[in-house]
Amino acid sequence: MPDTQQLLFALGIVVVGSPLLLTCILGLSSLASRKLSEEATTRLGHVTIACGLAASIAILLIMLAVDKRHIVVELGNWVVIPDEYHFSVKFVFDRLSVPLAILSYVLSGTIGAFASQYMHREPGFNRFFVLYAIFVLGMVVTSLAGTIETLFTGWELVGLSSVLLVAFYQERPAPPRNALWIWCVYRISDAALLLAAVVMHHLSGEGDFDRLLGSGAWPDEVSSLEPRQALLVGALLLVAAAGKSGLAPFSGWLPRAMEGPTPSSAVFYGALSVHLGAFLLLRVSPLLDLSIWLSVAVATLGLLTAIFAHLAGSVQTDIKSALSFASVAQVGVIVTEIGLGFRYLPLFHLLGHACLRTLQFVRAPTLLQDYGTLENAIGDRLPRVGAPLGRLGVERYRLWLYRWSLERGYLDSLLTEYVVFPFARAFRWCNRMERRWTDLLSHGPSRESDQVQSHFGEFEELP
Amino acid sequence: MNLLQLPWLELTIGLALIGSASVAQIREPNRAYRWGLAFTGGSLACSLLAWLGFYAEAAQGSLEGYSIQPWLFGDLPFRLDELNAPLLPAVALLHFLTALATARTHMRRYSVSWSLAAGAIRLATFSCHDPWMLVGLLAVATVPPYVELVSRRRPVGVYVLHMALFVVLLIAGWAAIDTAESVSSVRAQWGSALLMAAVLVRCGTVPAHCWVTDWFEHASFGIAILFVAPLSGVYAAVRLVLPIGPEWVLRSIGLMSLATAVYAAGMATVEREARRFYAYLFLSHASLVLVGLELQTPLSLTASLCLWLSVILSLGGFGLTLRALEARFGRLALVNYHGLYGHSPTLAVCFLLTGLACVGFPATIGFISTELLVDSAVDVSPMVGVAVVAATALNGIAVVRAYLLLFTGARHMSSVSLEIGMRERLAVLTFAALILGGGLFPQWGVESRRLAVERVLQPLREEAQIGKRAPKALDSAPSEPIY
Repeated sequence: MPDTQQLLFALGIVVVGSPLLLTCILGLSSLASRKLSEEATTRLGHVTIACGLAASIAILLIMLAVDKRHIVVELGNWVVIPDEYHFSVKFVFDRLSVPLAILSYVLSGTIGAFASQYMHREPGFNRFFVLYAIFVLGMVVTSLAGTIETLFTGWELVGLSSVLLVAFYQERPAPPRNALWIWCVYRISDAALLLAAVVMHHLSGEGDFDRLLGSGAWPDEVSSLEPRQALLVGALLLVAAAGKSGLAPFSGWLPRAMEGPTPSSAVFYGALSVHLGAFLLLRVSPLLDLSIWLSVAVATLGLLTAIFAHLAGSVQTDIKSALSFASVAQVGVIVTEIGLGFRYLPLFHLLGHACLRTLQFVRAPTLLQDYGTLENAIGDRLPRVGAPLGRLGVERYRLWLYRWSLERGYLDSLLTEYVVFPFARAFRWCNRMERRWTDLLSHGPSRESDQVQSHFGEFEELP
Repeated sequence: MNLLQLPWLELTIGLALIGSASVAQIREPNRAYRWGLAFTGGSLACSLLAWLGFYAEAAQGSLEGYSIQPWLFGDLPFRLDELNAPLLPAVALLHFLTALATARTHMRRYSVSWSLAAGAIRLATFSCHDPWMLVGLLAVATVPPYVELVSRRRPVGVYVLHMALFVVLLIAGWAAIDTAESVSSVRAQWGSALLMAAVLVRCGTVPAHCWVTDWFEHASFGIAILFVAPLSGVYAAVRLVLPIGPEWVLRSIGLMSLATAVYAAGMATVEREARRFYAYLFLSHASLVLVGLELQTPLSLTASLCLWLSVILSLGGFGLTLRALEARFGRLALVNYHGLYGHSPTLAVCFLLTGLACVGFPATIGFISTELLVDSAVDVSPMVGVAVVAATALNGIAVVRAYLLLFTGARHMSSVSLEIGMRERLAVLTFAALILGGGLFPQWGVESRRLAVERVLQPLREEAQIGKRAPKALDSAPSEPIY
């Protein structure tokens, strides 16, 4: 008869192993050009997600039954260099990670079932489900990560699958263009997280959250770091969270993410992926407790994001963009709550918001039809409700504010004008200098690539 | 005596040389290709057996009688140690898979004989311990690319200037060190500086990097990959500069490499043509390997050696994927969307997989090496760590940008099948398997590279620095011959 510890270990393996198995089967069969049928893919998805969900719920029940708040499933060192470096794979089940893992499974399972109908006979059905599997794996790994390296692994998987899903409809230029923008933001976020991971390693000797955040169960850990150290790590993590959750000034990526299929928009950008930044801040909340400046920065950034997203969302003319800004606004509020020192409130807010937003996104394509049905039933137009803020202020400022909101705060334009273009211009200048130099040495034109013509369509200058 | 005790290393190099001479006699391209492939495959098999023999310690003390090296050189200048044991099969594999993935339409253009000759020189370089012989091999290795450019009637000015500079600096540098009284003498310091310059030129460090992009512009893609991807310049740095280079020399290499890593990554991000994009990606990664070497901590050296192996496999695979695309669509512009996914999804997946492996994506072979490199870089200086992270982030953006431009964004119409062929599939899937296998089970690779640092690099440097002995003795001759 296995004891509770062994049982929890086995269940923990099932929680993480289910999406891993799904990813391996779908990924390797695709790589070997032996794609599974739609039916087999759907069934496999259902079974693995159900197993993962059942195991997560079982862990939650056991935790409640034996009154344990912090369970660690340690799989050992993935890589170890004695006395110098180790990469341990460790998963933590506590009051923060278990709800998010269950949420990930519930929403992914729901959307998986929805997508199997929605994507039926689409040419990219298999590709969608491969990316879906990678996404679920990334979410589960990130939720349960016990070390920052493990979290980074999941974080990257979520990022890549999200970007490829945005570019899912790949026969038009807009989806890949938006996917590239999102990837750039994600890389900034990933770079900040990687640096935070390394700094954590140096401060605490290893990347385990236990070491950095102190022993004890979330949210009662007490970190032994100095406030200055907490500020450094926390600031890096805040940049990572801002990129992933679309906080200002990175908010522009979320509406761009709506290029993807509705199921992925719903579960990934509306519900799960967009909350990862808030989750990260909750995970490292003991650091916020150590540094008042860090807490103020978090709260301020959250508040600014919420205000901006509310204004921008109020004037959007398509439902997916409006919903995406509504998501950002709520995430901003959640981050503000975290900065103000709340712990359970933002967690509940996150869980509730994710479920609501998934429902709204899934219903979005049929909303107009529903409106029509309602208007037919009542025999009149539905009443239009203006935004309360729209009635405030002087006409001149209202117009300015409207324009500012419509242009999404000019955030993307500013980033393009002051970051992307100068970067591209600087390196293209270097390119010209290199050309001059090689032309000089070759006594004539040195580049065959100048003669390379576009095979298809017109040239398009990319920023 | 068992099978592993045969002189597999000599057979690895010898088979490639014999193959080169034999294939040169065959005029019919398809037949020459088939024979060339057989010789390259044989060479790969021998290198794998040499590698197995080394780890099984089968050869110790039992092989001198079978080797022709004592008879030819009076010593064993070509042998395996912890450092080069896995590099040799990796280089042989790169040669074999490049030959295997050569499209039928390109067989006339792909010079099998010269490729085998260049392969033999490269394999000899990577197993050479004798400094002068290594200098000679590195110099000779610059000849086949020159022949390639001349035979294709392409401009050779940029290549010749840089390689002539490299060879002169290399010979002058080692001559100065060889004739110096001790490692700390002024002459040796000058020699180190010249060697440093030679290594920087060979690795394509800014400002001496233009030959790499020029080489990719004019050479056939397969030959171009084979010349740069094994990172012969890094091998020269490890064998010649690292053991005796003074701190300031190593620091200078590190700083210039760091600048190159970021610069080349930025250039890759805005590049408008696929080959040049690949060349910059290579430059950035070669520089990152050098950065790790010059940080001089055991962890950074381990990271650098891991990254080296990862770069050979992932950039090799990435290059072959690009080459397969070129074989179908010609030179590829990166200024508009091509939408090739629908025609060759396997190529698209392999492109992304190998590209992401280069930039250290989780579960690929580059992940742990990048982690280790960033970790050790931050340990030395936070700014170095930030620069390394910036370079990897930019490389990641460049790879995904290229993927999106090549495979998405449009619908490409074609009346013929453009799906990947069987041989190409085998080549890219082999790389994919190695990249994923090395990424999911990295411990063995890291351990092996760690041993290389502990048993080869650190002892060499410590002996040279503490003993201040003459550089001739830097050849790390083991007490017993190891194959």
